[in-house]
Amino acid sequence: MTTTGAKVLIEGLLRQGTKTIFGYPGGVVLPIYDVLYDSPLEHILVRHEQAAAHAADGYARASGKVGVCLATSGPGACNLVTGIATAYMDSIPLVALTGQVPTNLLGNDAFQESDIHGITMPVTKHNYLVKRAADLPQVIAEAYYIASTGRPGPVLVDLPKDVSTGEVPDDIVFPETVSLRGYQPTVRGHPRQIEKAVDLMVRAERPLLYAGGGVILSGADQELTALAERLGAPVATTMMGLGGIRGDHPLNLGMLGMHGTAYANYAVTECDLLIAIGARFDDRVTGKIETFAPHAQVIHIDIDPAEIGKNKPVDVPIVGDVKHVLAEILQRLPGNPKTERWLARVNGWRATHPLVVPDDGLLHPQAVVRTLSDLLQGEGVVVSEVGQNQMWAAQHFCFRKPRSWLSSGGLGTMGYGLPAAMGACYARPGEQVFLIAGDGSLQMNIQEFGTIAQHRIPVRVVVLNNQYLGMVRQWQELFFDRRYAYTELPPVDFVGIANAYGIDGVRVNDPAEVRAALEAARDHDGPFVVDVRVEREENVFPMVPAGAAINEMIGGHE
Amino acid sequence: MKRHTLSVLVENKAGVLSRVTGLFSRRGFNIESLAVGPSEEEVTSRITLVVCGDDREVEQVIKQLNKLIDVIKVSDLSGRERVERELAMIKVAAEPGEARAGVMQIATIFRAHIIDVGPKTVTLQVVGDSEKIDALENLLRPYGVRELHRTGRIAVLRGQKTVRSEK
Repeated sequence: MTTTGAKVLIEGLLRQGTKTIFGYPGGVVLPIYDVLYDSPLEHILVRHEQAAAHAADGYARASGKVGVCLATSGPGACNLVTGIATAYMDSIPLVALTGQVPTNLLGNDAFQESDIHGITMPVTKHNYLVKRAADLPQVIAEAYYIASTGRPGPVLVDLPKDVSTGEVPDDIVFPETVSLRGYQPTVRGHPRQIEKAVDLMVRAERPLLYAGGGVILSGADQELTALAERLGAPVATTMMGLGGIRGDHPLNLGMLGMHGTAYANYAVTECDLLIAIGARFDDRVTGKIETFAPHAQVIHIDIDPAEIGKNKPVDVPIVGDVKHVLAEILQRLPGNPKTERWLARVNGWRATHPLVVPDDGLLHPQAVVRTLSDLLQGEGVVVSEVGQNQMWAAQHFCFRKPRSWLSSGGLGTMGYGLPAAMGACYARPGEQVFLIAGDGSLQMNIQEFGTIAQHRIPVRVVVLNNQYLGMVRQWQELFFDRRYAYTELPPVDFVGIANAYGIDGVRVNDPAEVRAALEAARDHDGPFVVDVRVEREENVFPMVPAGAAINEMIGGHE
Repeated sequence: MKRHTLSVLVENKAGVLSRVTGLFSRRGFNIESLAVGPSEEEVTSRITLVVCGDDREVEQVIKQLNKLIDVIKVSDLSGRERVERELAMIKVAAEPGEARAGVMQIATIFRAHIIDVGPKTVTLQVVGDSEKIDALENLLRPYGVRELHRTGRIAVLRGQKTVRSEK
């Protein structure tokens, strides 16, 4: 008896525990869709393949599991690329399945052929072009294994049509485990390095934890908080690390870097020991790298050895899974009683340089975020688009749990948020999922209102609508003499658009209406859009100009 | 800036070379020399790369190579006891008579083999390290080098050590 490659593929996905995939059909994936038609696997039909990749990414970030998307060959596959690159930059476990022309037409410029294997090589952790249906069980198992272990990342599997239709024995064996000669991630930190790190920690007078997305990915939030408390060390997180420690924890300094809090950035500049945990010294975090943590010895813990020493010389490198390494450190580390003066100094900056929300009766976007934060109390999931909306959300929302904040960090992909929020709804059914969007980025994938309406996906969209590409406008205001070249957008009636798709919504023009509108969104049964007409030329402050040291901030305080 | 010879053991799979060279161009590293061929076992190939950079750059190259799933092992052979070889085939203008005699004399000195003779040209094959091949080429220039083909460099550790047994 035989079965087909397409059936083996779907069986492979189900065996990996996948329940939902996001996709868009087309010619060469018809055999796969035919199997999906009566498969227990739930398929969400998006309106554009880019959204399938972002939705799978949002699903992965919100659940910690592998997200899966599916597209046809040629344009379908190419449309996934931005989503795959987004996941790659933020180390998100994704399996992207693409159809391909039959193997006998490969390289022939056949209809809807594109070399997606070649195209995605630089933006995937690994990728496959499957040539035989019999290879599918092994390839699927490897794809999930590679995507979800070590430093996670996207894996693409390209599936020629004759692989999907190809016959294989129906007793084909699915591998239980995967072992790859060239891929053996280091999970446990080296004991000698851990000892050296503990030694530095004990002696430090001004320690600072710098926590990144690795904390979220490895599920090390409790260990991070325990380490901060044991050491008496303040914690600055990257945008990707938000939620790694409670936003209202007394040791949490919020985000550091270009739009970080002044007190986090001052703490970096004055600390004598910087403990980087699952973070990669990105330029948006460090500013001018030569002046980043200039007085500090550096401990760097990361599962990816290539990140250690890449941007900044390190005194104690520790390669390993952050959760394991922090647990090992906590086993050896006595309390550090020496940080009282340091904490007093840091808290002094916190008092004198707080994040500012103007209190002038106008409708400020920061206040909208704070109201939402107050309303949700850290429950549910907040997703952002990219730009000012993202920075205001990162600065002013009080995240209390890991995986409660989804945002495109490394790639900075406008259009990420709406589809990612859809994915989050499937990952966390029954929980509140709010998207904080700008009017510019929302329009980059606004067609997904169609998906949301069709599947009644309960995404609550809050548009901080300033009729500008606000972050670019801000740079033009500050660095290009207020020459607003091509950054003004005409006003859009987002409620009208939502209504046209059958989605409810409300427009807000008055600060006094914000809370009620957000409550209406929260309490609504199904998707909802709140179009908030905010102050048009509000800026994100503080701000470290490009190339400056991170303690040289502009704006945000008197 | 220092030259490093990297010996990279990879899975013998489609696209591996493309992954390796793509990594170099994407991260802005230059490859000075590249040689690819089968290794001592059927399922793997060996890529020998010569790269130029400071220690930190080369360390980053090695780490990035190691991240490729199909890369099994990367060994930096620089600074170690090793033998390095390249092969070149040089077609040089050498009409019968004085020119041809001169070319053949140079070939003898360099232990180059004459692998083809035509009415107006002689083709030499030479094996050696880069400097030797450069030297031969320079001596042949005045006669008129019609074509020069050079392989990438390959390298082997001296003695009992193998790159496989390293680290």
